[in-house]
Amino acid sequence: MSAKPIATTRSATGVQTAKLAVWWLLASEIVIFGGLLAAYLMHRMAHPEWANYAVHTNTLAGAVNTIVLLTSSLTAVLAHHAAEEGNGPKAAKLLYATVGGACMFLVIKSLEWSNEIAHGYTITANTFWSFYYTAAGIHGAHVIVGALIMLWVASTARKNEELHRVENVGLYWHFVDLVWIFLFPLLYIAK
Amino acid sequence: MSADNAAAHDDDHGHGAHHPVEYYYKTYAALVVLFLVSVIGPYIGEVTGLWWLTLITAFGIAFVKAGLVIRNFMHLTVEKSFVHYFLITALAFMALFFFAVSPDVMNHEGTNWKNLAAEAEIERALAEHAAGGGHHGDHGDGHGAEGDHAAPEGDHAAPEGEHH
Repeated sequence: MSAKPIATTRSATGVQTAKLAVWWLLASEIVIFGGLLAAYLMHRMAHPEWANYAVHTNTLAGAVNTIVLLTSSLTAVLAHHAAEEGNGPKAAKLLYATVGGACMFLVIKSLEWSNEIAHGYTITANTFWSFYYTAAGIHGAHVIVGALIMLWVASTARKNEELHRVENVGLYWHFVDLVWIFLFPLLYIAK
Repeated sequence: MSADNAAAHDDDHGHGAHHPVEYYYKTYAALVVLFLVSVIGPYIGEVTGLWWLTLITAFGIAFVKAGLVIRNFMHLTVEKSFVHYFLITALAFMALFFFAVSPDVMNHEGTNWKNLAAEAEIERALAEHAAGGGHHGDHGDGHGAEGDHAAPEGDHAAPEGEHH
């Protein structure tokens, strides 16, 4: 790059602008997912009959996906570590591994959903299933977007360019993991 | 926990704290152990009927896991306090939403109002479940609960298990 943007830091905050933008994005995500999960929680507590619907969620699929996301968070933070050491190619490899985790998550999710839809548990079956597909669906959309951004970041990191992006996309990915940490007990464990 | 000690040791390195790779592996191992507890705990809680065990292991541990990810993977502790302020503000708005709306959702009656649709839906769904019964509710229930299918207005429309 010949021209560097001038506003790479903000003197008032002392945080690199790109990273600050990611934190702001995550703050807005807290309100999106937080609002959705809070709404689910209050309905769940007010409707004892939902327990009879929740028994049909696939705990094994949810559990395997939890491990997949935790592992992908590890590779994301290891990519950040490699980027800090200035090792762009290694960071890119670890980001590709993280994308692999994202793909595995999505494959498991689609198998799980196909099975549920085949049994008649669709998004319109009742409000429990509406919440189930909405919450996991918005989360899944974040997984897809995260994977695409990581592919792009890896393509530059591979050439040892813009290595700060590795940490920034990592922050986003850890947040996607965080949301799942709460979705898992809410949708799969509380029966 | 060793991962925690490592964090305490490295926190004072300031912005962009650089941890050895082992630090991340230890954090990951702690997360996996906590995950196993969060699956096994509620199972034991269900078998023994200890509801508080389910609550602590399922939801209490989710917060511990979240704390580990935020601190050890996202390095929020070494981030500028300004970032903490707006993240906390977002959480506060979420709490405001919950506490402002939940009284209307979680109560089905109050002063001069009654949520008839919600009460009718609970009654209908529980009766349908009792008639069809069991964990395999979709394999033949629904047929046994005819007459209850006049779904109440509101957000709880199609009865589950009507179609296969």
